[in-house]
Amino acid sequence: MKEIRWHGRGGQGGFTASRLLGIAASVHGGKHALAFPSFGPERRGAPVLAFTKIDDSKIHDRSEVQESDYVVVMDETLITPGFEKGIRLGACILVNTENIEKYRETLKGFDLRGIDATSLAMEVLGRPITNTAMYGALAAASGLVSLDAALASIRTEMKPKLAELNTKIVERAFDLIINN
Amino acid sequence: MKTNKIFISGDEAVAQGVRLSRPHVIAAYPITPQTITVERLSEMVEAGEMDGEYMHVESEHSAISATMGASAVGARTFTASSSQGLLYMAEGLHYCSGGRWPVVMMNANRSVALPWSIYGDQRDSLSLLDCGWIQVYVEDAQEALDMIIQAYKIAEHKDVLTPMMVNLDGFILTHTYELVEIPEQKMVDEFLPPFQTPNKMSFEEPKNLGFSSKPDDNTEFKYQQNEAMFKAVDVIREVDQEFAEKFGRKYHDMVEEYRCEDADVVLVALGSVCGTVRVVVDKMRAAGKKVGLLKIRYMRPFPEAEVKDLAQRVQAIGVIDKDISFGYEGTVYTNVNSAISKIDKYVFKSNFVGGLGGRDITKAEIEDMFNHLLDGIEKKSEEKVEFFSLNVETND
Repeated sequence: MKEIRWHGRGGQGGFTASRLLGIAASVHGGKHALAFPSFGPERRGAPVLAFTKIDDSKIHDRSEVQESDYVVVMDETLITPGFEKGIRLGACILVNTENIEKYRETLKGFDLRGIDATSLAMEVLGRPITNTAMYGALAAASGLVSLDAALASIRTEMKPKLAELNTKIVERAFDLIINN
Repeated sequence: MKTNKIFISGDEAVAQGVRLSRPHVIAAYPITPQTITVERLSEMVEAGEMDGEYMHVESEHSAISATMGASAVGARTFTASSSQGLLYMAEGLHYCSGGRWPVVMMNANRSVALPWSIYGDQRDSLSLLDCGWIQVYVEDAQEALDMIIQAYKIAEHKDVLTPMMVNLDGFILTHTYELVEIPEQKMVDEFLPPFQTPNKMSFEEPKNLGFSSKPDDNTEFKYQQNEAMFKAVDVIREVDQEFAEKFGRKYHDMVEEYRCEDADVVLVALGSVCGTVRVVVDKMRAAGKKVGLLKIRYMRPFPEAEVKDLAQRVQAIGVIDKDISFGYEGTVYTNVNSAISKIDKYVFKSNFVGGLGGRDITKAEIEDMFNHLLDGIEKKSEEKVEFFSLNVETND
């Protein structure tokens, strides 16, 4: 089983991204998935977590994610002391940042990948909503779902006009990671 | 069979199950973590995707009262609640079962205040075991949807006519998204015909319903209620079998045994934690440990025969309780223990209380429970109740 942890702030769409990944893996990828938010009340702007579990067979394990295989950070101000707790050593940490190099020292032992998702989102959406950019980047960095499945999940979940813009973002982010 | 699988939460799966069951009246008051279910139902009624009436009520007490009234005139009804809301219904719950109105309810299992907590445990519904409702506990979103459909068929059966509560763990099931197969309406219609009852309030055949009783006839009513609950056991089996033939999913009636065939020790649990126990059973089996899971699906009627049968075959039984009856032990344990006491054999028993107010139950903790039971086989001593996440036994 692969376990993915999403870091965002309330309103940034982290839970939506965790569900899109679940849809891509299960509805369009033939695997099994669970997607869930960190349970409890949510406030706009407050740090929130979301999780996706993906496996080839039915997922029975309902306990909390204790060792993530992939971590996606939509807002790099969320990387604070103790952030690395609960992340498997060697796991891929994908950060929305202009400069991933500055984390090499503090996050030693992890496979760090960076993408400037905010600039990409501003360019395509005109708004700093980075969840689908990070989703596309994760698909490329992890291979958990194919680009086709990722795009299909966008079409499954979003209205046509929004899906069109987010398709563009996912494709661009996917390419940025693949060609990096 | 055409399949339509979508990625939805447990709350949404319940709403889909309700839509497919075609209730005439839905009356519910929103409460976390049940809210999404009643929001979806309200939206579906508004959009004309289902024919029923959605009654906006000012409280849970009114919700259960409204569903009872509608059920009395022969309508199929649905309500949903959780925690404090369920407790606010408590008076009506007894009233409803005594009236023999087959209302179906979804309960999102949530802790009970104080301290205030919106998170999951099973103290709400287990504290209402005696209110005369059939209680089933589900393990995933698919089972939640399927059991709503089954619930109507069980509750409305002429030999049963007893309301039914479908329990799913708050957040762990209500707010987790997973792949759920949505049955075709046509197939559900074939499986679940419209509600027919002889005990209908009508002008054509007037009857006295919701009446008073005197000391010399009350016991007869309560006896009949109890008999109906026992008869429900057969109906639960029939309905599950018919459901399996129609939809290809079988839920093993009253309980499900998982890898118990040659087990030395078994953990008993309800609801979503059963899934996590399965994973630990597989791991320990791979290491040669003979462990198994007994998933209790129905707490009322209680699967006494199944528990006794299992106790005859194993040496130790542990019970995970996401509740505590203060001053004694977990309620599931009390019920399981009562069944075991009726066989002529010593079984080492242990009660593990935890998962309260939403605390995670980890695979490591479950493995510790199994090891404790394996060690206990040799000990032959009486056990205290263990609060496992605190690592203390009661009376310590």
